[in-house]
Amino acid sequence: MVVKDMTAVRRERGGDFNPVYHQYGPHRAGLPPLVNYFKELWHRREFAVEMSRATLRGANMNTFFGQAWLVINPLLLAGIYYLLVTIIRQKHDPSFFTHLTCSLFAFTLVQTAVTSGAKSVTASGKLVLNTAFPRLLMPLSAVRTAFFRFLPTIPVYLVLHIITGQPWSPKMLLSLYFLAMMVVFSMGLAAVFATLQVYFRDTTSFLPYFVRLWMYLSPVLWAPEMLNTMGRAVRVVVQINPMYSMLGGYTDLLQESRLPPTYMWVAAAAWAVGFAVIGFLFFMSREREFAVRLV
Amino acid sequence: MSSLSVLFSPATDYAVKVEDLSITYRTTFERKPTLRSALKRFGRGERAIKEVQAIKNVSFDVRNGTSMGIIGANGAGKSTLMRAMAGILPPTTGSIEVWGRASTLLALGVGFNNALSGRENIILGGLASGLSRKEVEARADLIADWTELGDFIDMPMRTYSSGMSARVGFSVAVHMEPDILMIDEALSTGDAHFREKANAKMAELRDSARAMFLVSHGLGSIKEMCNEAMWLDKGTLMMRGEPEEVVEAYMEFLKVKRSATTTEDI
Repeated sequence: MVVKDMTAVRRERGGDFNPVYHQYGPHRAGLPPLVNYFKELWHRREFAVEMSRATLRGANMNTFFGQAWLVINPLLLAGIYYLLVTIIRQKHDPSFFTHLTCSLFAFTLVQTAVTSGAKSVTASGKLVLNTAFPRLLMPLSAVRTAFFRFLPTIPVYLVLHIITGQPWSPKMLLSLYFLAMMVVFSMGLAAVFATLQVYFRDTTSFLPYFVRLWMYLSPVLWAPEMLNTMGRAVRVVVQINPMYSMLGGYTDLLQESRLPPTYMWVAAAAWAVGFAVIGFLFFMSREREFAVRLV
Repeated sequence: MSSLSVLFSPATDYAVKVEDLSITYRTTFERKPTLRSALKRFGRGERAIKEVQAIKNVSFDVRNGTSMGIIGANGAGKSTLMRAMAGILPPTTGSIEVWGRASTLLALGVGFNNALSGRENIILGGLASGLSRKEVEARADLIADWTELGDFIDMPMRTYSSGMSARVGFSVAVHMEPDILMIDEALSTGDAHFREKANAKMAELRDSARAMFLVSHGLGSIKEMCNEAMWLDKGTLMMRGEPEEVVEAYMEFLKVKRSATTTEDI
């Protein structure tokens, strides 16, 4: 009894977010109290980290071949696309291969984050049914997993960077800004698709087509400079695409050490933050229903 | 999560206070709702949504030291009520106040992620319910030992039998040092040895925890384990009082003769 009292006191005095007193009331406008929600979210971040680690372990990420596959897979894809583009253009251009890998690796990061984020809630059904915790941790954990799967591709890119003789400069570090924007952006998108997946379980079946189309509209198979050669309608669609500024800015800096135009910096931040806010709020407003929809 | 947390809890004798609670939710009657079927139905002008009034205007309070048994037919709202008290399902109207940290063992779902091992699930379960990594690591071995699963604890949970995963779930729930323990039909799959062990552990917790809730169809164990009981029917609170009386009334209602088959088992 004494021991128990002591822990209770520690919990109360410690000021951590493990409140001794809870009051549950109806959600106003479908949203839980936001400040508390994010406090709880932060308090349980270790859960998202551990879930992501366990997923990586489960996918043999801790073995050599598990890691190697993460590199081989996008490299093979890049090789196929390069062959395709070379045949169509009838021109061999090694620096284009560097562009292709650079942007394909980054696009794969967003793609993995979104596709695994979409499954995150439905896949952990029983946890949702039995434990009260901010559900947003699940798509966020999936984004973390995707990021850690992306990391081994960075050295591979740098090797290609050296081989094809691309320029080096401190400006390359600025590409981290665009990388961060892509991560934030995919958090929002993962939350949106995770919610949709609860309501429509075939979302993940449609997702690959959507992602494929999206990649063709993003500067992966083509460089941002080629924009001028496109028709007016295509150009508008392409520039509205959030990945245009994020990926464009990223490859400009990392591959060519060239400062992207100001609007790219602003657009990237606007898309990322906008999607994160909308995605999170959408997710949280639906979160209450997850426990009854997953049975 | 959806809680208004106050660091200094109002001094009170209550463990849980539920006021005029109603829970209504909309769910689909499809097993796997898909966009495809939704579009098809939309073409025909149908909808597959039904509204479930799981809890209707229920009010009660539970003082410290109570172990509350909840009985009722399938679909009476027992599990929904437990989920609401655990903060998993926020109320539609009314309010719930809980003094203390709740640990839940609800429904039959105890495994969290089947691809991960029992030990990993224990750690994830602890972290999800708000323990720090240090606290979880301190407890993980204790919890793992308590399950008596031996080498199985490091195998993926998809290799477990239902009884084995029930052990893991139960062990996690009871080792969280909960102020309020909520157990929902958890022991129905355990073997005799484990059930005995679990009962002993629950009795121990009943003395140390502030309150305990036990949902069970085993009326015998309600009478044995609880000092109060509640009977829910179709979302309304029918009766509350001494376990003997409530069980009596419930049996009367069911027009079931008290026999060995209905009272004996958990």
